[in-house]
Order: sequence, then C-alpha cells, then structure tokens
Amino acid sequence: MSEERTMELLIGPQHPSSGHMRLYAEVDGDIVVRLKPNIGYVHRTVEKLAETKKYIQIIPLVERPSLADAANHNLGYVLALEKLLGIEAPPRAQYLRTILAEMNRIHSHFYGLGIHGIMLGSSTIFMWGFADREIMIEMAQRLTGARLTYSYIIPGGVRRDLPQGFEEEMEKALRYIERRLKDYGKLFLRNPVTRARLEGVGVLRKEDAIKLGIVGPNLRASGVPYDVRKVQPYCAYPELEFDVAVREEGDSMARVLVRVEEIRQSMRIIRQALKQIPDGPILSENYLKMIPPKWKEFMETKGRVKFPAIMANLRPPKGEAISRVEAARGELVYYIISDGTTSPYRFRMVTPSFRNVVLFEHLIRECRVADIPAIYGSMDYFPPEADR
Amino acid sequence: MVCGMNGVTLIGNLEESARKAVQWLVNKTPIRSIRDWGIAFSLWPVHFTTACCGAEFAATSAPRFDVERMGFLPFVAPRQTNLMLIEGTLTRKMAKAAVWVYEQMPDPKFVMAMGACAIDGGIFWNSYNIVRPKDILPVEIYIPGCPPRPEAVARAIIMLQKRIREGKAVGLKV
Amino acid sequence: MGSRSEDKIEDITKKISQSLQGLSIEISTKEEIVTVNVKPENLVEVAKKLKDMGFDHVKSVTAIDFPEQKELEVIYHVSSLGDLDLAKVIVTLKTRVTSDDPRIPSLVEIWPSSKYPEREEHEMLGLVFEGHPELERLLLPEDYEGPPPLRKEFKVRTEGIQG
Repeated sequence: MSEERTMELLIGPQHPSSGHMRLYAEVDGDIVVRLKPNIGYVHRTVEKLAETKKYIQIIPLVERPSLADAANHNLGYVLALEKLLGIEAPPRAQYLRTILAEMNRIHSHFYGLGIHGIMLGSSTIFMWGFADREIMIEMAQRLTGARLTYSYIIPGGVRRDLPQGFEEEMEKALRYIERRLKDYGKLFLRNPVTRARLEGVGVLRKEDAIKLGIVGPNLRASGVPYDVRKVQPYCAYPELEFDVAVREEGDSMARVLVRVEEIRQSMRIIRQALKQIPDGPILSENYLKMIPPKWKEFMETKGRVKFPAIMANLRPPKGEAISRVEAARGELVYYIISDGTTSPYRFRMVTPSFRNVVLFEHLIRECRVADIPAIYGSMDYFPPEADR
Repeated sequence: MVCGMNGVTLIGNLEESARKAVQWLVNKTPIRSIRDWGIAFSLWPVHFTTACCGAEFAATSAPRFDVERMGFLPFVAPRQTNLMLIEGTLTRKMAKAAVWVYEQMPDPKFVMAMGACAIDGGIFWNSYNIVRPKDILPVEIYIPGCPPRPEAVARAIIMLQKRIREGKAVGLKV
Repeated sequence: MGSRSEDKIEDITKKISQSLQGLSIEISTKEEIVTVNVKPENLVEVAKKLKDMGFDHVKSVTAIDFPEQKELEVIYHVSSLGDLDLAKVIVTLKTRVTSDDPRIPSLVEIWPSSKYPEREEHEMLGLVFEGHPELERLLLPEDYEGPPPLRKEFKVRTEGIQG
C-alpha cells in the first residue's frame, strides 16, 4: 500500500525566477522526499568555442555566462593569460581592476536579493533591489562606458583611466547605499514573515559543506572562513584592509545576511582604494613601447588605451596556467593549456554555480513544497553560469 | 435548415452564417480599433528569461525604466499571457520547451526576439547546441544589442503597439 | 606575499613529495602548484594519501584529447577548504589512458565533490569512470547523437582564413 504514496512534480524549465533548469521533485502530500536537478538548458558550449577563437576574442565570450558579474570573470581569465605570457600590470591598473571588481560584487548581490525577494513573494524587495543596483551600474558606466558587459580588463592593464569627478560621485553613491541598507533591514531582514520562512530552513552543516566542495557565501554562512581574497591575494588586495563575513548557523537566513555584510565590506574596500590609488601608466611597459608616438599622445590626453597590433595575434609560449578569483557567487577557477598558436589547446572554466549544483539534492529534503523557492533563492544559483 | 419569418425564408447553415456575420461586425472600424487598442495596452509577457538578456529584461520592469506604465506586466502562467519575449540564446533542450509554452498561450499572441543571439546566433554563432528562433516561431520584432539597453526594449514595445493598432501584426491574423 | 608564507608553501610541497615517493612517475613544483604524474593503477592510493594529509575537495576535473598519441589525459585539481595553510597549495594529479578504451577508476568515494565534474567529462569526452553512482547525461540534450563534443575530431564551423 505504501508503494504509490509519492507523486512526481515537475518544476519545469519555464518558471518565475532566474533562468532555466528543471527540478524533479518527489512529493508525499506536502513534504518533499527527494529532489533531482536537471541542468543543461542554457548550455552554450563556451569551452569548445574557445578553442576556435583567438585569445583576445575570448574576453567577451567568457563574460557572457555570468552577466551579472562580468568583471570578475574577465579578471580571472586575464590573470591566467598574464601568467602564460609572463607579464604584469602596473600598480595603478591593479587598483582600477580592484575597484571595478568590487562595484560588480555590490550590484550582483543586489540582483540576488531582488530575485530572492520575488521568489518569496515580496515584489517590493525586487523593485528596491533593482533600483539600488542601477546606482552602481551608472557608476560603472561612467568608468567603462557599458552597463553590464565591460570588457575593461585586458592583458597588461586596463582600457580607460578614471574620469573627472569620479571620486566625489562615488562618495555620494556609497552614502546613499548605506542609508538604503538600513531600510532593507527594517522591511525585509527583520520582518517576522521573512524570518519564519527563512530561519532554520535548509541548514547546511560545516562538515557537509567542506565535503561537497561548496564555495562562496553559501560556505561562509556555515562557519568556514574561506575567501580567495585572503587565502591567495591578487591585484591590489594585499594592501587593502577588510573583514571576511562569516556566520555559524548555516540556514537560509544566514546566507542572506552574509551577502548583505559583504556589500558593506565592498564599500569599505572601494573607499580605501580610491584614497590609496597611485599615479602612473595603465598599460604594461611591454606593450606601451610598441605603440607609435602619435597615439601615445592621444592616450595621455584622453586617458584611453589604443591597442598595439600584437594583441590581435597573441602567441603565448607552450605551457599551462591556473588562476582563481573570488567572484560574487564563489571561487572561480580557470585552467588554460597553450600550444604556441593563437588559440588555446584546452580551456577549462569551473564556475561557482556549477560547484553548488549538488546543494539541490542535499538541502531540499524532508521539507515542505513552499520551502523550495526559499532555499533556491538563498543559494543565489545562476543557471547560465552553471551550464556555461 | 429552413426557417421562416414575416414571409422571408432563410436557407442554409445557421451557425456558419451567424459566425460570418459576427466576424463582419467585429471587423468594422469602431469595434476593431477598440479591440486593437485594448490588446496593445495590455501585453503581458510570460516569464521566459532565457539567458543573459534576462538580466536586462528584469531591469526593464524595474523602477528606473518602468515599462509597467505601458501595460506590460510579466506574468507567471502561460495560459494568461499574450506575449513571448525570447531573450538570448535558445539551446536545443530549451527549444522544445519554448514551443510547448507558445502553444499554451491563448490567441492573439505575439513573439519578439531580443538580443543578438536570438537574431542569428550572436557570439555563439558556430555552436552545435543552439537554434535560431525564427526557424520555429513566428517572430515579429527583433531587438539588436548584446545585451540591448532597457530603453531599446521599451522602444520595441512601443513599435509593437503601433503595429497592432494599425492591424499589421502577424499574431492578429488568426 | 611575505617570505614566511613562501616558506610554508615550500614545507608543504616537500611533505607531499616525500609521502608520495614510489607511487608516482614524476613530481614537480612551481610556486604554489604541485604536479604529480601517476599511472591509472596507483590513482586511488595516491588520492587516499592526499586526503589523509588534509586535501579535502576537488576543484575541477579536466580531460584533454591528444589524437596523435591516441591518449586522453585526466587532470584532478585538489586543494583544501578547512585548513587555511594548505588552501594556498593546489595539487595537480595527472594520469593518462588510451582513447580506444578510456576507463579510469572514479574517485567519488574519496572526494564526493567530484561527482558532477566527472559526469561532465564523461559526456564531453567519452571517459568512463568506473564506480560512479550516476553516470549519465548532464548538459547535452537527451537526443544528442554523435561523437563526444570536446574531442579534436569534432570540428565546429569557423570563419575566415585559417593560417
């Protein structure tokens, strides 16, 4: 009599939240017995296409899987490429890279908060989250010229210098976001409805998190203080002071609170970086000497970089390189093998959302059907990033 | 069937001729323009955030660009929506789901393709896993960009509204 | 990066080299990356030793196709999440199998975090991981017919002049 108790529920590819994936849920009444994810609905074969494109053409290709967080993906790829080429960017370019990466982290976390809000049913937080995100996008547009896909970081440096009046406008923007975060606390984080839906739901213990290889704010909300910016610092992080946000409970509420705390720490990093930024060139000396003098004058007056001709045909020597950065959703690893031609021989990219897919099976078990969007949103899973 | 009325006899299929009469009446100018005005200002898209362009689509409904003032409300269930906005790349696995969702929507329905990947592949043009939307669905308006700015999406909605009110939209010819 | 952390990395790499002597074909170090080349028969033992040392998760599983030598190379990148000193070091575990009979023991019981990456390399290159609980399609559509996509014999269209 107990063979046919469970019913299979297909939460299909078209669903009212971010991105496409299918969840097969086995439901017994209102309790979910087991859940199996089925991914691959946005698989755009980035790894195979990278073997047919030149190294500088891979920069836009690598930004597209995770549109909400493009600068960190760009940065990871260029760090691996610079290890292969054996060059380093000058200090001013390292600081500019750090500032853009932190701005990206802020507006990616607002995106995650907004999508989580609408999954729980609070469309106010969706509207607030996306409105406050526009401030950081506008500042990024002043710096780079584009809203979301910057392609700002190139091997050897960055493409543009700081415009006039950037520091004052950034200070105003950061003060506005600090005031708004207090309103989020009152409306969403300390709201009794949110607390009843998120506290104690989807608890991830510390040993399981380490065993399954989880990364990002999901890991730090379970008590493990692992952050690539502290373990193996890159760019300007060795000279900047900030704290790693860690919580011990491991439930969905802890994951949301870790993200809000990371927004505050990112604002602290941006303020310090803008005060300490050194003067100097923004492109490495190896490439600066290949540019003719007339264009060098243009570069000094306008603050924009003209590409030397060699960038179209970069041929790194034979070898391999690994790089890792801390993207907004976790740790991102790039592994490039080069065989001396203008395209890589093998290109491997492991994104944080791909490493977090196993949480669907592990966390959504013995809970109610209404907990599925609460846990799904707190993981900040982005399907195009996982499928690449 | 035969029916008589005041000395006049009508011969023929009553339901068929009643339907033809109603169609003629609805297509007369005052009623048709009210019907097209109603459709144009209540275009509800179904939540089909395919790939990266979905982030810009969500920003279009957000407070800064706010297309809800034109009657554009993203809605959850396909059976109560009449616009499908294919944002971004359509992979093979997803193309089957796209056709199912399109068939569930009630008539009259419209399709817009957003982004360079929906037009002709975009940056993934030589991938073995993608499908061009124009091969499987009747697309009316294409929005170029990678990703298109939210102002461009708002402009496309205004263009679609104009097409509907002039009676040129493909989805209206049922 | 001060000199104390560089010394720590050197100590760790020396410890790894000593404990894996005899089981591997070759060990080399470059800054913070330790590369260990093993034969497929010794793979499980080396993995167990690394796990006892404190390396507790797999970052990625990569497989590369070398068509001239008719071999597939499988690479595991292993590091630590719990121990912040060991977390600076990445151990690269390399092994080779023939491409006509690409079978290799799976490391899912030792490192559960390699479950999904191994599935992905199975469908992309045709590798068979023996002992994996759920070896089936992950990213490609169910009705996909044809050779595994990331092999070099599978060509995609390119434009322009190839030089």
